[in-house]
Amino acid sequence: MSILLSNISKKFGTFTALDNINLEIPEGELVALLGPSGCGKTTLLRIIAGLESADQGRVLLSGQDRTDHDVSQRGIGFVFQHYALFRHMTVFENVAFGLRVKPRRERPSNEVIAKKVHALLELVQLDWLHDRYPDQLSGGQRQRIALARALAVEPSVLLLDEPFGALDASVRKDLRQWLRNLHHDLNVTSIFVTHDQEEAMEVASQVVVLNHGRIEQQGAPGDIYDNPANAFVSRFIGHTNVFDLDEQDADWLQTAGIPVAHQQGKFAHVRPHDIVIEKPTADSDAFVTLKDWQHLGSLIRIELVKNGSNGLTASVYAEMPNDQFRRLHLNRGDKVDLRIRHAHWFH
Amino acid sequence: MNAIAQPINPARLVARQQKVLQDADWVRWSLIAIAVGFIGLFICLPLGLVIFQAFSKGIAAYWSALSQADTLAAIKLTLLTALVTVPLNTVFGVAAAWAITRFEFRGKSLLTTLIDLPFSVSPVISGLIFVLLFGAQGWFGEWLSAHDVKIIFAVPGIILATLFITFPFVARQLIPLMQEMGNQEEEAALSLGASGWKTFWAVTIPNIKWALLYGVLLCNARAMGEFGAVSVVSGHIRGLTNTLPLHVEVSYNDYDVVGAFAGASILAGLAIVTLILKTVLEWRQANR
Ligand SMILES: Nc1ncnc2c1ncn2[C@@H]1O[C@H](COP(=O)(O)OP(=O)(O)O)[C@@H](O)[C@H]1O
Ligand SMILES: [Mg+2]
Repeated sequence: MSILLSNISKKFGTFTALDNINLEIPEGELVALLGPSGCGKTTLLRIIAGLESADQGRVLLSGQDRTDHDVSQRGIGFVFQHYALFRHMTVFENVAFGLRVKPRRERPSNEVIAKKVHALLELVQLDWLHDRYPDQLSGGQRQRIALARALAVEPSVLLLDEPFGALDASVRKDLRQWLRNLHHDLNVTSIFVTHDQEEAMEVASQVVVLNHGRIEQQGAPGDIYDNPANAFVSRFIGHTNVFDLDEQDADWLQTAGIPVAHQQGKFAHVRPHDIVIEKPTADSDAFVTLKDWQHLGSLIRIELVKNGSNGLTASVYAEMPNDQFRRLHLNRGDKVDLRIRHAHWFH
Repeated sequence: MNAIAQPINPARLVARQQKVLQDADWVRWSLIAIAVGFIGLFICLPLGLVIFQAFSKGIAAYWSALSQADTLAAIKLTLLTALVTVPLNTVFGVAAAWAITRFEFRGKSLLTTLIDLPFSVSPVISGLIFVLLFGAQGWFGEWLSAHDVKIIFAVPGIILATLFITFPFVARQLIPLMQEMGNQEEEAALSLGASGWKTFWAVTIPNIKWALLYGVLLCNARAMGEFGAVSVVSGHIRGLTNTLPLHVEVSYNDYDVVGAFAGASILAGLAIVTLILKTVLEWRQANR
């Protein structure tokens, strides 16, 4: 089912949680709703589900206006941030709940329910836990049971609020890949909320960046990374070096290979991997000092210190593959040449 | 889990305090002795005396005191009062707890405070409120006598006063528990297609049932034992408007020691049964 949000706004008292949100999500996508904590992600998800009502705007599912439909009639599966499993029911009964509460005419027989629940539990690889209670499960297991429970009613849209938020780093990594594969198999339109840009980039086919209740940018992960629409997105997605033309001298950027044209903006954002360092040649100005470096797996992050013409020093971060860095034979305190391959300009 | 509604678990308390409380033996023993002595002197001894006095003239006298028409009428009226007020206050308590913990509305904090009102005013005043409203000189007194409706000095007044006195019990048990549980499970049930009614019975009630029973139990104990408010509105008409606690007082004032203590022994028995059930419920709540 496709989702269309038009002009959604929501206030809590005088605080504007969502400000005129317009969003279109095509059928079958796996979309990440990404933004810092408190930017309105949960609120937007709850409005789509019908758990919260917007002050203004419409929610269309498959082209049908569903704004005035109850949560129980929207055909949406919602996975809560803290799972919200029914604590007095076993895992089996939790997953069966959505089937058992169907009106008598549509309710499957007990055998059909049992079969379906076990199939879902196998899908989330937890059938062996079917007679446990929620408080006997680990966080990752609860998460998957909550997902199985939401899938039991065959929702046409799946909404997940910070699905990996409360989990250990290692469990998170596994579940991300698992969710991606699951979505690939089920192909149900899904939105998941996250404040972790890495997670959004890794899992989603589309990323929607939210800030202060507004959509900053929407697009494929690669697009957003390569062409951030504004300074917020550029800073929020991945790492970036920010150069302020008022404070940095423009000459420095010119020498580093970036022609400065003021109409482009006041701030230059440079990704660490767009900074190249080399051993200084005899006739070059060696204008940065190597301060320190850290290993990030296959990459190495290098901290450089630049002396501005105004006498201020500032840190600049560069990233390059490990072996390439090793071949440079650099030590802390060495002067190096720096070249910038590409910059984004923002006002 | 439910921090406030959860009863004290003595074993857990001691475990936490053992390292801190390393007082000398004599301090420990004298504190225990004081506590036990106090409870013995002011609770167990009087309770024993009630039983002793009730049977002081033999079992036959006890039974004949209990089977007097006035005593039986008092027992019946007490049961009737409890039978009417407890279900009403259960429904009211659940509704109030639901409203307070699930909705945002104006005057919510005022409602929360008002629920406690019967606890904070003297029961005598609670009774007087009803006299002021429905008594012969009260606001509705003229209208009531014109229509031949008797509330004060009659059973409806007793029920109203008891209803007022006992309405906080259930709500007070449920509000902290429901606040702490939040409404995510209910939202989950709704999102799975359950109706509000179904959600209430399949999700809410199972989650609050022990606290609810606990509240009902306390409410019942008070409904059967209330003296002050009921005394003001009852008029003490023997065989008609005397509840058991009032009957005890009237008998005692008439120097009918066995009668008074026989009635009291029933109330004491009720208290003991309540205590036992309370312990069982607390145990269930702690060991879900
Ligand atoms: N029921 C509510 N009442 C008042 N303020 C709320 C309520 N729900 C959310 N907010 C506020 O709205 C903002 C957005 O909340 P939320 O959507 O939960 O953010 P996110 O999920 O992105 O962290 C927050 O500042 C939060 O304090
Ligand atoms: Mg949130």
